[in-house]
Amino acid sequence: MNVASADNYNFAYLDEQTKRMLRRAILKALAVPGYQVPFAPREMPMPYGWGTGGVQVSAACLVPEDRLKVIDQGADDTTNAVSIRKFFQRVAGVATTETTTEATVIQTRHRIPETPLKEDQILVYQVPIPEPLRFLEPRETETRRMHALEEYGLMHVKLYEDIARHGEIATAYAWPVMAEGRYVMTPSPIPKFDNPKLSDCPAIQLFGAGREARIHALPPWTKVVSLDFEDHPFQASKADHACEICGSCESYLDEVITDDQGGRMFVCSDTDFCSTRSNAQQSGAA
Amino acid sequence: MNTRPEAAPLLSVRGLAKYYGTRIGCTDVSFDLWPGEVLGIVGESGSGKSTLLSCLAGHQQPDRGEIHFDGRDLLAMSEPERRRLSRTEQAFVHQNPRDGLRMGISAGGNIGERLMAVGARNYGQIRETGLDWLGRVEIAGARIDDRPSAFSGGMQQRLQIARNLVTAPRLVFMDEPTGGLDVSVQARLLDLLRGLVRDLGLSVVLVTHDLAVVRLLAHRLMVMKSGQVVEQGVTDQVLDDPQHGYTQLLVSSVLQV
Ligand SMILES: Nc1ncnc2c1ncn2[C@@H]1O[C@H](COP(=O)(O)OP(=O)(O)OP(=O)(O)O)[C@@H](O)[C@H]1O
Ligand SMILES: [Mg+2]
Repeated sequence: MNVASADNYNFAYLDEQTKRMLRRAILKALAVPGYQVPFAPREMPMPYGWGTGGVQVSAACLVPEDRLKVIDQGADDTTNAVSIRKFFQRVAGVATTETTTEATVIQTRHRIPETPLKEDQILVYQVPIPEPLRFLEPRETETRRMHALEEYGLMHVKLYEDIARHGEIATAYAWPVMAEGRYVMTPSPIPKFDNPKLSDCPAIQLFGAGREARIHALPPWTKVVSLDFEDHPFQASKADHACEICGSCESYLDEVITDDQGGRMFVCSDTDFCSTRSNAQQSGAA
Repeated sequence: MNTRPEAAPLLSVRGLAKYYGTRIGCTDVSFDLWPGEVLGIVGESGSGKSTLLSCLAGHQQPDRGEIHFDGRDLLAMSEPERRRLSRTEQAFVHQNPRDGLRMGISAGGNIGERLMAVGARNYGQIRETGLDWLGRVEIAGARIDDRPSAFSGGMQQRLQIARNLVTAPRLVFMDEPTGGLDVSVQARLLDLLRGLVRDLGLSVVLVTHDLAVVRLLAHRLMVMKSGQVVEQGVTDQVLDDPQHGYTQLLVSSVLQV
């Protein structure tokens, strides 16, 4: 059945027993949105910082017919994205793509694609720290109890401290959210600009943390609310510029240093979104 | 003085016992605490004061006995219910403020935590309440964004009290609240506590080994020895006319000082 394309790996590197264990964890995570399900992580042929959690979740989801896209900070062409894509090409032989609309599985680090996702897609996040309460409460036994009893006051203490210190909630990444009115979870370090895309998303969203051995998930159409105060409401924000390549005013921008004279420009962080737009503009102009 | 307008005790304890293996922590403890009443618990080191207090506050499970709070059976409560109660209608002031404060969080955040835990979601109001409580415990409002680590021991203890009282609990447990403080700092804290207890109509179970503290704060007194209550009654009566030999010893050893 699942024959690997190259070498002597099982399809998608992991053995079937391990994938079954991961799938059980994923199904449980989908059944309880935002709840962190422990799993027994496997040694992967890459270091932890490279998204071993996401890679294991992707490996458990992939089937031979899949078309995989991998992005890192929105880009398909960074070392991290390229090597994970190559890894799955080699050990699963699946087709790959850089086009969001063509992908069936998208593994991501730190972004949600600009192009709206669809119902038959799976978005797999690489997660460094899955526990949003960790910063305030180092004891695992205590954070588990807090989740179990919905004692989330401490989350707002963190936001309070932000406002007291900076005049506003200074959190720019990994802004904590409440999933379906029950579990507080981290969306992984995506910019807060992406938070609204978490909610009512048609695609399946899976979050894998390798070092911490946790999976959490958002099934399609889950209601996801960013935590805030009445008088300091959550606001998705981005740099107040247009992309200097495609001209988009709606997409999330990276500030790129262009030379050593202090020159800089703002460009889309989502490379597929940007090139699709500029190609359309060129063919339209031609 | 001992007027009791309320018909039922706020806290009712019967036959409470806690063992550490074969060693007695406390045993056969029974008493009623009425609304607005301060009960002092005194006794030598190892007599079971902290053990009793931690059982009452739900930090430890007693081996025997009953505890009713406002008519509710505390030992039959589910954990979420019990924890909610301990954040709203009850409070615990630790001897060491470090055990009762979040040292990495500002004074305002410390006071606001219980409010946010019970659903407060308006930053401006949380901050206003924080300022109000800093004032009530005599800490300058300008210190609201400072961390407790920048406070003196006395200030930390006052902050811990503010943090506990902000949700208007009805019952406060205190374990040696003036313990680690200088005498002059102690006196100021005692005055403050006395005012708060009176103004807020708090019921308090106060553990101390300092008879001067109970004389000042406690309406009633319970004397413990080897895990058992050897004498209880109105504070002045117990201190001025102790019946039990151990209490007589305790009182006379203090008077000699
Ligand atoms: N965690 C524990 N494990 C075993 N024995 C304990 C424990 N805590 C207290 N004890 C024992 O229970 C008895 C009562 O101790 P407890 O701490 O309640 O006394 P205390 O009156 O609060 O003393 P102190 O005035 O020194 O604080 C003592 O014999 C003590 O050694
Ligand atoms: Mg003690």
